[in-house]
Amino acid sequence: MARPFVPKIITANDLLEGDVIYLTAEGRWSRTYEDAVVATTQEEADDLLRKAEAQPDRIVGAYFVDTAVDEDGTPKPDHFREVFRATGPSNYFLGKQADA
Amino acid sequence: MSAGTDLGIVVRDGRFAPAADEAFVAIESAEEAAGIGNRAIEVANAIAAEALGPHLASIPAIAIRFPAFNDGRGFSLARQLRRLGYKGTLRARGHVLADQYPMALRCGFDEVEITEAQAARQPENQWVDAYQRIRHNYQDRLKYGAA
Amino acid sequence: MYTYNEFDEAFVRSRVAQFRGQVEKRLDGSLTEDEFRPLRLMNGLYLQLHAYMLRVAIPYGTLDSRKMRQLAHIAETWDRGYGHFTTRQNIQYNWPKLKDVPDMLDALADVGMHAIQTSGNCIRNVTSDHFAAAAADEIEDPRPTAELMRQWSTDHPEFQFLPRKFKIAITGAPNDRAVVKSHDIGIRMVRGDNGEVGYEISVGGGLGRSPFVGKVIREFLPKADLLPYLESIMQVYNLSGRRDNKYKARIKILVHETGLDEIRAEVEELFPQIREEFTHPSDELLAAIEPHFAPPAFVEKPLGDYEAALAADPLLRSFVETNVVAHKHPSYAIVTISLKPVGGTPGDATAEQMRVMADIAERYSHDELRISHEQNVILPHVAKADLPAVHAALRDAGLGTANVGLISDIIACPGMDYCALATARSIPIAQEISTRFNELKLEHEIGQMKIKISGCINACGHHHVGHIGILGLDRAGVENYQITLGGDGAETMTLGERAGPGFSAEELVPALERLIDAYLKVRRDRQESFLEAYRRLGVAPFKAALYPDQAKDAA
Ligand code: SF4
Repeated sequence: MARPFVPKIITANDLLEGDVIYLTAEGRWSRTYEDAVVATTQEEADDLLRKAEAQPDRIVGAYFVDTAVDEDGTPKPDHFREVFRATGPSNYFLGKQADA
Repeated sequence: MSAGTDLGIVVRDGRFAPAADEAFVAIESAEEAAGIGNRAIEVANAIAAEALGPHLASIPAIAIRFPAFNDGRGFSLARQLRRLGYKGTLRARGHVLADQYPMALRCGFDEVEITEAQAARQPENQWVDAYQRIRHNYQDRLKYGAA
Repeated sequence: MYTYNEFDEAFVRSRVAQFRGQVEKRLDGSLTEDEFRPLRLMNGLYLQLHAYMLRVAIPYGTLDSRKMRQLAHIAETWDRGYGHFTTRQNIQYNWPKLKDVPDMLDALADVGMHAIQTSGNCIRNVTSDHFAAAAADEIEDPRPTAELMRQWSTDHPEFQFLPRKFKIAITGAPNDRAVVKSHDIGIRMVRGDNGEVGYEISVGGGLGRSPFVGKVIREFLPKADLLPYLESIMQVYNLSGRRDNKYKARIKILVHETGLDEIRAEVEELFPQIREEFTHPSDELLAAIEPHFAPPAFVEKPLGDYEAALAADPLLRSFVETNVVAHKHPSYAIVTISLKPVGGTPGDATAEQMRVMADIAERYSHDELRISHEQNVILPHVAKADLPAVHAALRDAGLGTANVGLISDIIACPGMDYCALATARSIPIAQEISTRFNELKLEHEIGQMKIKISGCINACGHHHVGHIGILGLDRAGVENYQITLGGDGAETMTLGERAGPGFSAEELVPALERLIDAYLKVRRDRQESFLEAYRRLGVAPFKAALYPDQAKDAA
């Protein structure tokens, strides 16, 4: 039996700044996890990844990753790695947690 | 253009030239080299240099394939062929970056052959720049005391 | 200390210019990311979890006050005011912007430093004994050889695209402080039959997924033959190392699969041919480098005040006991500055602390500093008479932690707080361990203890050779920590044994407490270290302490 599809978002790093970024519904990039567009099928996820990879002058290292989704449809990081990427290191108050 | 590939640009002394209609005979094993006679050959980077040794004197040119720029075996193979006394032309053929051009020359290659697509992305001026960097290196100083 | 000549200077400048061009080419599209990545890696630029990371080489761990101040300046100007010293005698900046990196590299070049070959499948920064030229047990200063290898390996045209990265370490002392047998090539300086100094060469050591202790491929290599011999090993590896599987691409796998004897035969066959290419034997090249490493002009200072201060000041006494070791000159000492404050990040120093260390080195350590693979900073040449002043200055800067070699002197890789490859965090674990054992006030009671933590199987935190090793893993989306016991990174190098199932982050420190408790109970006396007790008793009593429930079940 096929396993149910886990919703995915597309993330990458900004080519110039190195910052963690997320692909939005408009095909732009946001620094905020919650802005990410959620793919609900594998075809959608593949398609979004292709869109992301078509912007090599802007981003580096795009990949899709499983995400949790709130009742209202807002994506929330699921795996702890993505939680850290969306927050910053735990030893100093730096990275996204400090920019907010 | 060489048969069977979409390569086509040869870089010599930093300059581009279209590959002439050179016939490189692809050799899969060293034994095949025995019957080749006076012809240029193309070899994979995994071929054993010593096995080619006895035939080297009659082979005018050898193209060593670079399947990917990050596969550096061709550099060592070139050095081994030179160490065995090979005097003919050595060509690095395939995926070689402009930034690797000085390395190739310093390992004993005479020229590089790349695809037209790569030549379009890395135009001649990048190879001219890279060509300038061949002299300033530690290894010549350590080996030969050269400046 | 080696100072750049015109050639070195011109070389690094041209590399910076080249990298500037490569960044431009990446931005204008003439280099794809796939093509740019290895080029940026060759210049020490990684993409990490939150940002780029620039890894700067501190060749063989040696630097002076000018270089240290420049590292501070770079941290403040283009990064977030701190740097992280690594187990490979590098410093890492965690927040650079791509466009700033060429400027950072230029600033490094201003003081004769670079980030070349701190990454990529090439020969990496050559590491060495951090007590070189100061240690009482040394046969000879290994750093001229290390510098010669730096020059030889830098931009070597043949060895920039090896099957995998390649690490070389050298020690000049019989007590190995550089973990040489965990390197692709490990070199020990030894005396030959006639008393002349040469090298014992090991190959195929490494930690990571498949750890191996290096095997001796040549028992005695004369100095004259060094570079051609190394080049022979490299050529065999470049042509025969596996390229089909990156987990099997290190030379340790080639040696393991092919067999040491066959590799040795291949190397020895190439060696005379390659030696012919060198018009200068390596000992001649070394002779030209050696004057750069001439020992400083040691001065005798009366010790009366020092002895009085030692008697009067318990903090100084404790500092001297843990952080100071014998120097080859009787009125000098080697001081280790601990970058492991209680609850701190192992190996981190702020720009301000770097400047303090630079000032102290300039004034009290003949202007020399070292970075150790244990992520501490060394003042190699301090007159004993100056120890009270040095200690006071360090304490003022928050650098006076007296814990070198103790349980809180932990090696920890950046782990998932920074590293893109990590499977779990390392830093918070180190912070918790040092905080907890500081609360328990057991540190001195426990004595010699090396805890080493890696955030993934790559083992940058050397967990295999920790007396207690900790490996962070991802078990079904949760951080999980595996413990290895009995590892040793010294000349008696031993790989630790896995104790059993891993622990969650919450269970880990209590488990370590039980483990330490068991050690304190079973040791013969205070002289018997954890490692010695482990070697005497085997794993059983320690396993029982780590897994009390299983012990009960079995009973
Ligand atoms: S051991 Fe793993 S997590 Fe730690 S620095 Fe190395 S690669 Fe990163």
